[in-house]
Amino acid sequence: MIEMKNIHKAFGANKVLLGVDFELKDATVHALMGENGAGKSTLMKILSGVHTYDEGQIVRGGEDVNYTNLKEAEKAGVVFIHQELNIWPELTVLENLFIGNEYTRFGLLDMRLMRRKAEEIFERLKFRINLNRRAGDCSVGQQQMIEIAKALMMDAKVLIMDEPTAALTDSEIEVLFGIIGDLRKSGVSIVYISHRMEEISEISDEITVLRDGRSVMYKETASTDYNEIVRAMVGRDLDDQFPERDHDTDEETVLAVRNLGNKSHPVMDVNFELKRGEILGFAGLMGAGRTEVMRTLFGVDKGSKEVEIGGRSVKIDRPPDAIRHGLGFITENRKSEGLILDFSLVDNMTMPSMGSFSKGGFMKRKDEYDFADLMIRRMNIKSGRKSVASELSGGNQQKVVIGKWIGSQPEILILDEPTRGIDVGAKREIYHLINELTERGMSIILISSEMPEIIGLSDRVAVMQEGRLRGILERGKINQENIMTLATGGKLDE
Amino acid sequence: MNSKLSVNTMIDRFLPLVGLTLLVIVITAMNQQFLSPDNLLNLLRQVSINGLIAFGMTFVILTGGIDLSVGSILAFSSAMTALIITSGVDPMFAMLLGCLVGVLSGAVNGLLVTAGGMAPFIATLATMTIYRGATLVVTDGNPITGLGDSLMFQLFGKGYFFGIPVPAVTMAVTFVILYIILHKTVFGRETYAIGGNETAAALSGIKVNRRKIMIYALSGLMSALAGIILASRLDSAQPTAGETYELDAIAAVVLGGTSLMGGKGRIVGTLIGVLIIGVLNNGLNLIGVSSFYQQIIKGLVIVIAVLIDRKNK
Repeated sequence: MIEMKNIHKAFGANKVLLGVDFELKDATVHALMGENGAGKSTLMKILSGVHTYDEGQIVRGGEDVNYTNLKEAEKAGVVFIHQELNIWPELTVLENLFIGNEYTRFGLLDMRLMRRKAEEIFERLKFRINLNRRAGDCSVGQQQMIEIAKALMMDAKVLIMDEPTAALTDSEIEVLFGIIGDLRKSGVSIVYISHRMEEISEISDEITVLRDGRSVMYKETASTDYNEIVRAMVGRDLDDQFPERDHDTDEETVLAVRNLGNKSHPVMDVNFELKRGEILGFAGLMGAGRTEVMRTLFGVDKGSKEVEIGGRSVKIDRPPDAIRHGLGFITENRKSEGLILDFSLVDNMTMPSMGSFSKGGFMKRKDEYDFADLMIRRMNIKSGRKSVASELSGGNQQKVVIGKWIGSQPEILILDEPTRGIDVGAKREIYHLINELTERGMSIILISSEMPEIIGLSDRVAVMQEGRLRGILERGKINQENIMTLATGGKLDE
Repeated sequence: MNSKLSVNTMIDRFLPLVGLTLLVIVITAMNQQFLSPDNLLNLLRQVSINGLIAFGMTFVILTGGIDLSVGSILAFSSAMTALIITSGVDPMFAMLLGCLVGVLSGAVNGLLVTAGGMAPFIATLATMTIYRGATLVVTDGNPITGLGDSLMFQLFGKGYFFGIPVPAVTMAVTFVILYIILHKTVFGRETYAIGGNETAAALSGIKVNRRKIMIYALSGLMSALAGIILASRLDSAQPTAGETYELDAIAAVVLGGTSLMGGKGRIVGTLIGVLIIGVLNNGLNLIGVSSFYQQIIKGLVIVIAVLIDRKNK
């Protein structure tokens, strides 16, 4: 058992932890929850030796411990599997497993021994993988398994997992949960950081919730429920998570897509129309081709398509064409595709519309500032216009990306997983913002893997499976069963 | 947190300037001659060539690229200018054509990097030898002389403008123009955006390839300007001119605090970097350090500057 007592931590003037208590029992799965910026990662980085605490105490098995670096913590069996996986893509699975901890014989690598050890570990995990495969060619799920195997190799007693399922498919998640269960049985404690409520209730034994650097709730999972957890996380009730979609959508078709296909990703025969002021949801399992459709539509990926905007046939070969014709695209990876992390908030926000914030090629700084300030107010962004994007929380970053596309005044806005990895409070704000945009006549395409989001926001839902559009559900037919039936290749009874 | 950060940024920004000041103090202490007006004017003329090249290099490096071919473009454009002048064309027009040669050579670099998908290091390494070879071909390996007839051409490298060497004036004017482009225009913003995150820039509708080609062309133009100044100063175009100039230019950019990863840096920093290298060359000569040791000291200054910069981050 590990007890962290009254932990304080500040980075400069920024106080991140203000007295957190955290108790990790042996052989339990302990969910650590809280909004972004609540201090989850910092707390776990302290436990795993990445940071040291300013004040407090960590007791393990009756003794005070304080790991001052990662190696020391790993030796003591505390291993942190980060959200961003530490994979060397050019090395093989086997080489990845032993990197930094290679076995040698007479100064040479002992490949036979390492291979045997690796086979043992994967046996224990009941996971089959080709050890000679280039790690970069493995799926994210497989890479995750490599990380877990690495941790077990270090004889981990405490395993910290940060959003381990964020990039996994459903079947991979199932495998992972099986492994977590086995590990618990063998006495390993697991700290599980996640925003996904269903997972938490399925897999965890205990829950600790952090808010603003303090621990505000510690309970057995069985004795609590969704509402209590959310209340603890945001400090208030969240009844109106989704806005009322009460206004009628226009009958005017703003976008018609026909025969969209893309050979390099298996996407074909996609046809749909979008009405003014409508939210058209795109549902489907991971890998169904939803993102690929939008990338092809926006001209990021080459493919074939016929596009009509406002009844006029248009050609979109590259993103600038799409933007010119009134499209905006909020991509799923805000850090790698949405933001320039070294840019200030204002510079990010005016990126797709520099034409309208400049005259004769010269930027109009004051116009940029006015726009940024307006967006900051309107979207309740908790930072100034000059702050650097990399320092914002996930929710605020996402708001900046949305603001950036509002600035280009698109008729049609594509949102791909707009709330991935952001906390409940910011999610709600983004939902209401999306609704507000449609009230002003903007039309929205919403891709999401979160069922409640699709159902709660969409006027119609297009469901994809294996690169094809399997059906579009009208209002009244939108429910979890219908979506899952289409998403898994089934047919709806009429 | 914010105030602390801005302090760091301030240190970042002023570090090169502090280094330059220290250098000037040390060298002046060892030889007062250094601060004499004659020597300072001389210094300005000396740094102008590296300055022009380094300004162009700053843009390239800001996009996350590099241009190793600047020295060869310098030689090629100055040789072409000289050839055109000696063939009897009006020198002003010849200089314009020389600049065009630089622009086109740079644009080829840009095409290789964008349409060709080559790593900038490799692409410009290849064109470095190609343009050098081309220079040797057109000059037959001999210096081109007989450029002394045109007053305008002479002025460009040797003249004075209100007592200040024309090359220094050219550098100053170029600096102001490029500073404005980098910090006040769409072009500049896009340069930073491409270096900061090329994917995000492309998805935001920035025409990344077109921009990059223009930036490599700009670097070529700067090298051509430097080449014409050099030819005017020497009254001849040398086929071996500009060899290893890329190193001084890259050093100046790095000394000025621009990141080789792209996206971060300032052209003011480059100007200071150029001055640091210039003061070192000029000052070490003045205080009589042998040229062998000069190289060691120059290298050490770069190492120390980068180490301090890294510590600071």
